[in-house]
Amino acid sequence: MIPLSWYLIVSAILFCIGLYGALAHRNAIGILMGIELMLNAVNINLVAFWRYITPEVLTGQVFAIFVITVAAAEAAIGLALIISIFRNRETVIVEDVDMMKW
Amino acid sequence: MTLMQIVFIILAVAAVGSAVGMVTSRNIFYSALLLIACLFMVAGFYVLLEAPFLAAVQVLVYVGAIAVLIIFAVMLTEGLMSKETRTWNEQWWVALLVAICLAAVLLYVVVTATWQVSGGAPPSDAIAALGQTLMSTYVLPFEVASVLLLMALIGAIIIAREETEEKQ
Repeated sequence: MIPLSWYLIVSAILFCIGLYGALAHRNAIGILMGIELMLNAVNINLVAFWRYITPEVLTGQVFAIFVITVAAAEAAIGLALIISIFRNRETVIVEDVDMMKW
Repeated sequence: MTLMQIVFIILAVAAVGSAVGMVTSRNIFYSALLLIACLFMVAGFYVLLEAPFLAAVQVLVYVGAIAVLIIFAVMLTEGLMSKETRTWNEQWWVALLVAICLAAVLLYVVVTATWQVSGGAPPSDAIAALGQTLMSTYVLPFEVASVLLLMALIGAIIIAREETEEKQ
């Protein structure tokens, strides 16, 4: 049997890689991909806790499904925003889209 | 070391490797392909965790839909993204510091904590039980999620729609 902590270690590493990608990328699509990676890491945690701590109650899997739903909605809206920004301002570099920055 | 653990280590190395490659790649298209590889490995973790329904959903929704959306967006916006442009913003080292500190804290907590692992097995008909849980205990979040998906669908169409001149 695989120890629970192995899953938690892998998901912590994936979360931090995703966080770095979301914080450091200049390309808006790269930021979105980092966020997707972070959501996936959280999902691994939810399912691992379900399997190892309360396998008879399926709450962890239900939450993972809701996270996947929200991630799908977020990706659709985010990419629509990126395409709209690209159409209007000819860039996907987030530093160039600063007209609301004071 | 059992077979399961060997499979887990292979999956973990592949997942972390493709994630690092995704974040560090200078070409955004390679990043998208490596993200797909990483999402596949996460589906493998779900199989190891005895959650086959979630593994199928992961492959269908993430690899099937979200990854295709991302590649679509990369293709649509590629023309201007020449290879010479910088990939990182000026604060990339702060981001690296924050990520490493967070990783250190998380790994410290994970390794030192004692988890109350129960030896129970999941229900034999876990998928049916999952459906019943979704439609009984979590029926309100379930309906809210469907409304959210509908709103996201309409919103994405309206945001990404091309403005035509004759409408104004």
